[in-house]
Amino acid sequence: MKIAIPADERNLNSQVCISFGRAPYYLYYNTDNDKADFIENTAANAPGGAGIQAAQSIIDNKADILLTPRCGENAAKVIHSSGVRMYKTVPGSLIENIELYKKGSLEPLTEIHPGLHGHR
Amino acid sequence: MKVAVLSGKGGTGKTFVAVNLAYANKNSVYIDCDVEEPNGHLFFKPVIMQKTDVNVQIPVCDEYLCNGCRKCVLFCEFHALAYIGSKLMVFDKICHSCGGCEIICPQKAISEKNKTIGHYEYGYSGSIMVKTGILNTGETSGIPIIKQLLKDDPYNTGKDIFIDCPPGSSCSVIESIKDADYCVLVAEPSIFGAHNLQMVHELVKLYNKPYGAVLNKCTDGKNPSADYCQEASIPILESIAFDRELGLLNSEGKIAAQESEHYSKLFISLLEKIRLGVEK
Repeated sequence: MKIAIPADERNLNSQVCISFGRAPYYLYYNTDNDKADFIENTAANAPGGAGIQAAQSIIDNKADILLTPRCGENAAKVIHSSGVRMYKTVPGSLIENIELYKKGSLEPLTEIHPGLHGHR
Repeated sequence: MKVAVLSGKGGTGKTFVAVNLAYANKNSVYIDCDVEEPNGHLFFKPVIMQKTDVNVQIPVCDEYLCNGCRKCVLFCEFHALAYIGSKLMVFDKICHSCGGCEIICPQKAISEKNKTIGHYEYGYSGSIMVKTGILNTGETSGIPIIKQLLKDDPYNTGKDIFIDCPPGSSCSVIESIKDADYCVLVAEPSIFGAHNLQMVHELVKLYNKPYGAVLNKCTDGKNPSADYCQEASIPILESIAFDRELGLLNSEGKIAAQESEHYSKLFISLLEKIRLGVEK
């Protein structure tokens, strides 16, 4: 199973990025072999629609699970139509959140914010 | 002549100045380009003659023709498209109606449909033609409406036009002043007011427009906007004193130049100064 998480830096001890659409990197973590890949977010500085493009890339990279602290309405529309399940991260590192997810301690992300639309 | 009235900050008196200039000029056209919150009509109370919807083009995808190549998704600079589970998703509010996805689609699967984002209306208030643009709530850009409002039409021909701009100095303001012969910068005596005056000043310089400032709500105290005008050599066309009576007239939707001799004279003299500025 593949888990995607927005990341501040390219290492497993990095904090989860507070923004989904404008995170600098995404971590893809394969729970079958514990392999971690960091992929740069090309939409991070987009003038608009960053969340949509980010969501598209999560799906294109075949993630099954998305762990994120928050998600805007446009990105959520894309994620929801794909079957990727979203869970809410807690403050802490990427690896801590992956461990919490594996133990079933993360809650599904149900709160969708109306989007920042260019404002950061 | 076409006179645009603008100010960086909202609430400085753009509508007050534009409405009164149009009134004092007589036989003029007043165009309210502040489509997010048009309020010039509250003063003119025009009898509406015509209402026209403004539409933009939004892509629609024929699922049978689409082969999922995603060229449109990659092309869209605004990220208004996503391709998920063999379906194209279109985000209307992010789309800028450029039509690029339709051109780039090798399958000819994309066509366009109309989407109404607002309307504009024409009406008369005595000899004044009043045009108002109204953007529907929730829509992101009023520019297509401003474009329609400022298009040449038989009503405008040979008449002086007064354009009430949206606040700020962004693209909707740029669209509103594009064809103006003169820009009136309205500013109030505050640090915030002076800062935003500087922003519109830079804008009108960039577009090579003749301009002058109207300082509104002036008191005996400090006036950072007046200081900025001096510093940047902006001609001050008029200083209008803070006046409780004027506030009252405005709050009742009355046109000061119609109600008061003092303001009638003030705006006629302001018109003359603008005319001289246009001819220069």
